[in-house]
Amino acid sequence: MPNLTKRYPIKARDYLKAGEVSIQIQGLLKIIGFAPDFIRRVSLCAYEAEMNVVMHGGDGELTLEVDTDRVDLDVRDAGPGIEDIGLALQEGYSTASEEAREMGFGAGMGLPNIQKNSDSLDIISEKGKGTEVKIGFIA
Amino acid sequence: MKLTEVKDILKAEITSGADKLEMVIQSGAGGDLMSDILRGSKEGVLVLSGLNNIQLIRTAVIAGASALVLVRGKKPDEEMKAQAHEHGLPLLTTPFTLFTACGRLFRAGLRGVDPKKNI
Ligand SMILES: Nc1ncnc2c1ncn2[C@@H]1O[C@H](COP(=O)(O)OP(=O)(O)OP(=O)(O)O)[C@@H](O)[C@H]1O
Ligand SMILES: [Mg+2]
Repeated sequence: MPNLTKRYPIKARDYLKAGEVSIQIQGLLKIIGFAPDFIRRVSLCAYEAEMNVVMHGGDGELTLEVDTDRVDLDVRDAGPGIEDIGLALQEGYSTASEEAREMGFGAGMGLPNIQKNSDSLDIISEKGKGTEVKIGFIA
Repeated sequence: MKLTEVKDILKAEITSGADKLEMVIQSGAGGDLMSDILRGSKEGVLVLSGLNNIQLIRTAVIAGASALVLVRGKKPDEEMKAQAHEHGLPLLTTPFTLFTACGRLFRAGLRGVDPKKNI
C-alpha cells in the first residue's frame, strides 16, 4: 500500500461541522482496509483532537499520514496554547466553555482517551503560541 | 439481544434504520458526556444518551456504535436523521430516563463493556 498524506483544515468554534474530518478519516481507513479495532482507535483519537481544536484552540489543521504498518496524526492550531500540559492530561481536567458543555463536551477525558488509544502521544504547546498534538498508531 | 428486542424492552420508536431491527447487539453504554461515551464503548455497542444533537451522532459513529437510543422521548432533527442514515446508524427514541432504560436492558441480559467481567 502506498504512502499517503492528507491535510484537513479545522475551524475553531464551528460546532456544526466539528467531527467531520475524523469521520472522513474513519471512512478512508475503512476503504484502505485496516482492522476495525485499529480504525476505531485512530478515528477516536482524531475526533478527540479535532474537537479540542474546535473547543479550545484556534483555526488549525490535521495532517494524516498513512503507511503500511502505521498511521500518524498531527493536529495543530494557532490558538491560546496549553499552559500546563501535565494538568491537561489529567482525567477530569477541563476548561471547556458553557457552550461546549451544553453539547456534552468538557468531561476532561479527551486527552486521556487519546493517551489510552494511541501508541505514542506528543503534545507541544506554549501559552499564546498554539498547540501541536502528534499521535502515532502501530497497525 | 436483537435490536427489535431492544425496541420492545424500551417501548421505543425507531426514527431511522428500521431495516436493521434483526441486528444483534452485544453490549451497551450510556452517558451524557461525549468523551465518557467514547471511553465506555467498543465496536458494535448500543449507545444510550440524554443528549440530542448532531455531535452525538458523530460521537456514536466514531465509537463504532451499532445503534443509538435517545432517552426521555427526545426526537432527532432532520439533520441528525440524515447523518445517521448516511452512516447506517439506527436511531431510537424511548420514553424512559437514561437510568431506567439502561436498567431495563440490563435486566433483560444486556451488559456493559466494563474491562473486568462479572463485576
Ligand atoms: N488545542 C488546544 N488548545 C488549547 N487548550 C487545549 C487544547 N486541547 C486541550 N486543551 C486544554 O486541555 C484541557 C483538557 O483537554 P481534554 O480533551 O482532556 O478535555 P476537554 O476537551 O476539556 O473535555 P472532553 O474532551 O472530555 O470533552 C482542555 O479543557 C483545555 O484546557
Ligand atoms: Mg477534549
